[in-house]
Amino acid sequence: MDFILIAVIVLGAIGLIAALVLFAASKKFAVYEDPRIAQVSELLPGANCGGCGFPGCSGMADALVKGADAGSLDGLSCPVGGAVVMGKVADLLGMAIANSEPMVAVVRCNGTCEHRQKIAEYAGLRTCAAMHACGAGETACGFGCLGCGDCMEACQFGAIHVNPETGIPEVDEEKCTSCGACVKACPRNIIELRKKGPKGRRVYVSCVNKDKGPAAMKACAVSCIGCGKCEKECPFGAITVENNLAYIDFGKCRLCRKCEKVCPKHAIVAVNFPAPKPKPEEEERKEETV
Amino acid sequence: MNARTFSIGGIHPEENKLTHEVATKVAALPKQAIFPLSQHIGAPAKPVVQKGDKVKVGTLIAEAGGFVSAPIFSSVSGTVFKIDTAIDATGYRKPVIIINVEGDEWEETIDRSDKLETVEAHPELTPEEIVNRVKEAGVVGMGGACFPTFIKLTPPPTAKAECVIINAVECEPYITADFRLMMEHADEILVGLELLMIAAKVTTGYIGIETNKPAAIELLTEKVITKFNVQSSKFNVSVVPLKQRYPQGGEKQLVDAVIQRQVPAPPAIPVNVGAIVQNVGTAFAVYEAVMKHKPLFERYTTVTGKRLANPGNFLVRMGTPMQDLIDACGGMPEGDNKLLAGGPMMGKALTSTEVPICKGTNSVTIISDDEARRKEPQPCIRCAKCVGVCPMGLEPYLLAKLSEIKNWERAEQEDIVSCIECGSCQFTCPAHRPLLDNIRQGKATVMGIIRSRAAKK
Repeated sequence: MDFILIAVIVLGAIGLIAALVLFAASKKFAVYEDPRIAQVSELLPGANCGGCGFPGCSGMADALVKGADAGSLDGLSCPVGGAVVMGKVADLLGMAIANSEPMVAVVRCNGTCEHRQKIAEYAGLRTCAAMHACGAGETACGFGCLGCGDCMEACQFGAIHVNPETGIPEVDEEKCTSCGACVKACPRNIIELRKKGPKGRRVYVSCVNKDKGPAAMKACAVSCIGCGKCEKECPFGAITVENNLAYIDFGKCRLCRKCEKVCPKHAIVAVNFPAPKPKPEEEERKEETV
Repeated sequence: MNARTFSIGGIHPEENKLTHEVATKVAALPKQAIFPLSQHIGAPAKPVVQKGDKVKVGTLIAEAGGFVSAPIFSSVSGTVFKIDTAIDATGYRKPVIIINVEGDEWEETIDRSDKLETVEAHPELTPEEIVNRVKEAGVVGMGGACFPTFIKLTPPPTAKAECVIINAVECEPYITADFRLMMEHADEILVGLELLMIAAKVTTGYIGIETNKPAAIELLTEKVITKFNVQSSKFNVSVVPLKQRYPQGGEKQLVDAVIQRQVPAPPAIPVNVGAIVQNVGTAFAVYEAVMKHKPLFERYTTVTGKRLANPGNFLVRMGTPMQDLIDACGGMPEGDNKLLAGGPMMGKALTSTEVPICKGTNSVTIISDDEARRKEPQPCIRCAKCVGVCPMGLEPYLLAKLSEIKNWERAEQEDIVSCIECGSCQFTCPAHRPLLDNIRQGKATVMGIIRSRAAKK
């Protein structure tokens, strides 16, 4: 019987000492994690896309809680979850809803096969980065879309696809979370995050060509030539022409579409507007031909 | 002949030196000359002329835009038409000066006689004076890299130059401009070498020539013996015949082949092991700049291609559009062609024949569509041929894969920045994989990462 008793006592003693050591250690080395971080993490989409600028959703949750403690959620926004998720997060943290305009990726090039003539054939590695390093690409435009789909590769949400007919990527507005991965992937900085606009209505310059007029005109039928007509026309001062290229500030643009009408190269594009009534459009065309 | 070569890797592509025996012709003056402001490594030059200014041959039109930079001189006389943009050898529109050519009037300071000037006759030429004249004349490496020559001649204090190696290898297929230059101006090249040795404060010189140019080896050996193997000469110069192997013209490979020293990984440069490597064309340009007061505005260029009617070698004024030279060779061949500035291995494909000849354009190569077309890539079979031919001892299949999957950290560990982009791996790959295309991407990205890291510190 003795040896059983000894074993029980020894084991019990070891257990007791270990328990004391562990208790002391857990008190001494305790790390306090705000329980709200886990709760916020739960609310976030969990895509870990990095669109918010933090390494994954837990990083963002941490930043949100810290922001709430500091009294402001400014500058923190989950592009994937959008206003809905940010609203829930703000409720949870007892903050005012951090207002963030929904954004969307916009491809600023309209140099489709018919607008932009192919002058050479590229036989190397079919990525935009490799083609960009090689020279202007298969057309004479050294700024336009190369069409190899580096943006498509970068998109985690399947929201951008190169249209095989036009050779230009198209963004699926429903799926786009404006995480900005395609913006970083494009070697020519063609893609921009712009305000989604009311009912998805947007007006933008669909060109990034900074060449002077004649060169830009030669390269592509729908290139911006920096003529400045839109800049003069805009009643809100939203358009600036710099380096032979017009840019519409989406913060100032009021979607009046006057610039679109004066652009001689049709480089300014308005999307998601209802189709104009057929009659006035015909008249306009007549005026143009006259 | 006891020919040496570099110790690891290398390939032997078909030579196709079609224009070996074609004597150099002086190319006709262009109607309009185009001078890109960025013809060298470093900061672009800054224009010092304006629209409407009259210039002569040899007039300074753009000054150096920084320490690592070089001035640009007009190669023609006429009127500045405009300062605009035009497609240069990068394939993109870049700032250029365009000059309308009128007559051919040279600056009076340039000595246009054929008289051979010798160092003995010019006691005023101190090392500093030579370096200064080279700098002022806008001389850059003429082999294609276009690194300003004066910087190479003034090594950093941590390194000590021991010898000057003249790169007359011309290992790239098709190109024969350097060979013709050697055959036609051997004396001037040797004076150029002497000037380079004085400037670098060394007494040892080598001229590395591949054995596929026996005539040049013979001629230069003979000239070297009569010039340097005399009692009064303090210089010790020898012609080193080298076994044909691409990329022997690469600086590091040449240093290895000639003096059996291996240049460590970047940022080390050949002078860290005591060697200053200069192209044979640079030696000639140095002679002209120092002795004839002639800035760098013309060069030897080969215009070649199997389907060209009359391929040839030209002494061409810079700024001449390639189209002019192609026309002088019988015009662009029928059908689709690949146009290269440089040779088929290292050359840069262009999409316009209006690109001007620049300081680094050693050749215009035209390859027919069927020869240029790439074969469909197949899966890598791990045959390691690329590893065997890499002259830098890298593992190209691995670097290409790492670049493809964007593993930059590992790519850096595997020394991707040591790649000299010679293309031996891609040339030899039996599966036709785009190895160099991928590695070049990776190298550019990793170098960017290294630079931004250094900037942060």
